[in-house]
Amino acid sequence: MKKNWPILVVDDEDVMCESMGAWLREDGYHVDTASNGQKALELAKSMDYAICFVDLKMPGGMDGIETMMEIHRIRPDASIIIITAYATVDTAIQAMKEGAQEYIVKPCNPQEISMLVSRILKLKKLQSENAILRKKLNRQYRHYDIITKNPRMAEILALTQDVSDLRSTVLIRGESGTGKELVARAVHFSGSRAEKPFIVVSCAALTETLLESELFGYEKGAFTGAAAQTKGKFELAHGGTIFLDEIGDISPKLQADLLRVLQERRFYRLGGTQEVAVDVRIIAATNKDLAEEVKAGRFREDLYYRLNVIEIRLPALRERREDIPLLAEHFVQHISSALGRDVSGISAAALKVLIGYDWPGNVRELENVIERAIVTCRNGMLDEPDFSWLERNPGSPQNWEVPDVPLGELERRAIVAALERKHGNVKEASAALGIDRSTLYDKLKRYEIVH
Amino acid sequence: MNGLCLVAIGNVPVKALDWIENAIAEWFPLPIRRLPAFPIPEGAFDAKRGQYQSVELMKMLAQLAPRDASRVLGVTDVDLSIPMLSFLFGQAQFDGPIALVSLCRLHQEFYGLPPQESLLRERAVKEVLHELGHTFGLVHCSESSCAMSLATHIELVDSKAEQYCVRCGMQLVQRFTSKEATV
Repeated sequence: MKKNWPILVVDDEDVMCESMGAWLREDGYHVDTASNGQKALELAKSMDYAICFVDLKMPGGMDGIETMMEIHRIRPDASIIIITAYATVDTAIQAMKEGAQEYIVKPCNPQEISMLVSRILKLKKLQSENAILRKKLNRQYRHYDIITKNPRMAEILALTQDVSDLRSTVLIRGESGTGKELVARAVHFSGSRAEKPFIVVSCAALTETLLESELFGYEKGAFTGAAAQTKGKFELAHGGTIFLDEIGDISPKLQADLLRVLQERRFYRLGGTQEVAVDVRIIAATNKDLAEEVKAGRFREDLYYRLNVIEIRLPALRERREDIPLLAEHFVQHISSALGRDVSGISAAALKVLIGYDWPGNVRELENVIERAIVTCRNGMLDEPDFSWLERNPGSPQNWEVPDVPLGELERRAIVAALERKHGNVKEASAALGIDRSTLYDKLKRYEIVH
Repeated sequence: MNGLCLVAIGNVPVKALDWIENAIAEWFPLPIRRLPAFPIPEGAFDAKRGQYQSVELMKMLAQLAPRDASRVLGVTDVDLSIPMLSFLFGQAQFDGPIALVSLCRLHQEFYGLPPQESLLRERAVKEVLHELGHTFGLVHCSESSCAMSLATHIELVDSKAEQYCVRCGMQLVQRFTSKEATV
């Protein structure tokens, strides 16, 4: 609709404004006119003009170039067409330099102007279409990554949007496999740092010294094998975000180093004498209860408070069972196409099994379970039998029915199961059963269990 | 409503006014009144361009036409322009009472060709339908054969039909038949 592309004509001559306005209105555009730059700016404040025709020479007050620059300040997306009565290369160059999209000499051919307007609008339509598609893609990206209809998760997603533009440190808590890294990515990629790096460091995966050099980098010769100056993850993340996964596992020495970076945003490379300043947003994640770790003296209290500026606690998958069907369907589609398997879906009975399971490994476990089922699936649909191995999982209390047997028999079975799980290791089996070793031996004798 | 006033501005062949009146009668349910010709307003001539300022002729139509006329169509044989554009086939007040058509560039002679009366008639009718369409709220139509399509040179005028497309035609009918709308 042409009405969606309002046009402004700025000219000190009334006759010019009137006739140009009338001509464009006949073409279906909404046209406003202004007799000077000041009036043009007032109009531009309240209307998002797609195109502004601006006369180059306007006596008194702002001339065309000034008016154009001011309009651009208010409406950076408006296309400005400079109108002039004199075709001089100098003014044309100046106008284009200052950001005019086009430059026309009046009087011009009706065809010329009609083509000019439609060319600009074609571009604008493409731009707005592009913006809409980008938005859609972003949304899709987000939904693709974090799939949920759980209200608490929705709140968390909203929170990630709210904090995305801040530099405040975020602490994400949640069991392993709940999607802590995905949430960190959502914070990073929906904010102003999205174009800058997102660097992931798994703190538990590395030894203290390795982690230190990984985080802060090192100078040439800082240690054996340090052949050249190397940037650490903090430097690589400059302008962006560093995601410190499993922060609860770092050593006291690193806790102190990290505290300094958090406080001052500067550090030394290993073996270095020059401070390195960085602008990095820190997102930390842990599956431990850091408050407990602080109480137990294993985690620095001051670091804990530095990290815990914005806290996000991710629910376990068993706390958002309504998401299991959504996630399962998603993984089926995603994994079957990635593996080139022709599995089209998952049956209701199979979903019931999945919903009933407790998922100690959370979403990651669900993903692995679906992958295993797809690999072994013999027909085009995942069904209950494809997950039969999952039902035997003792971790699922809802699937555990108490057999109708004497209490002694239950005890006997529990002992046998514990021994099987621990491969016959009596010490471990007794610990798992919560009894001491001599009691277990007594019971083995009593129930005549051959060990 | 008090009908449509048809008025020549300067010298216009009576024959041309007859063609135009017939075409209007065919499309618009309005009584048509022919007024005696208006003179070309003084000061409308732009000596630098050798053309007449369309805006001046429009102003005169608004001033001199009877107050009770619902539409006023001026027809002239002089070449029209506005400051921004090098020429105009015609001009209209969008959804307003005044319309103006110039026959100047509709003559084959303008393009150095021998006169052709039937072609002049067709072109005049197309332009009159176009400008009057604007006064009834029609905007340019994307259908190239519709009288409301935008013609920026004579070939485009020739490729139009002497009629509105179904959509524009229906919009006009609605305008004339709806109770709320004023003709």
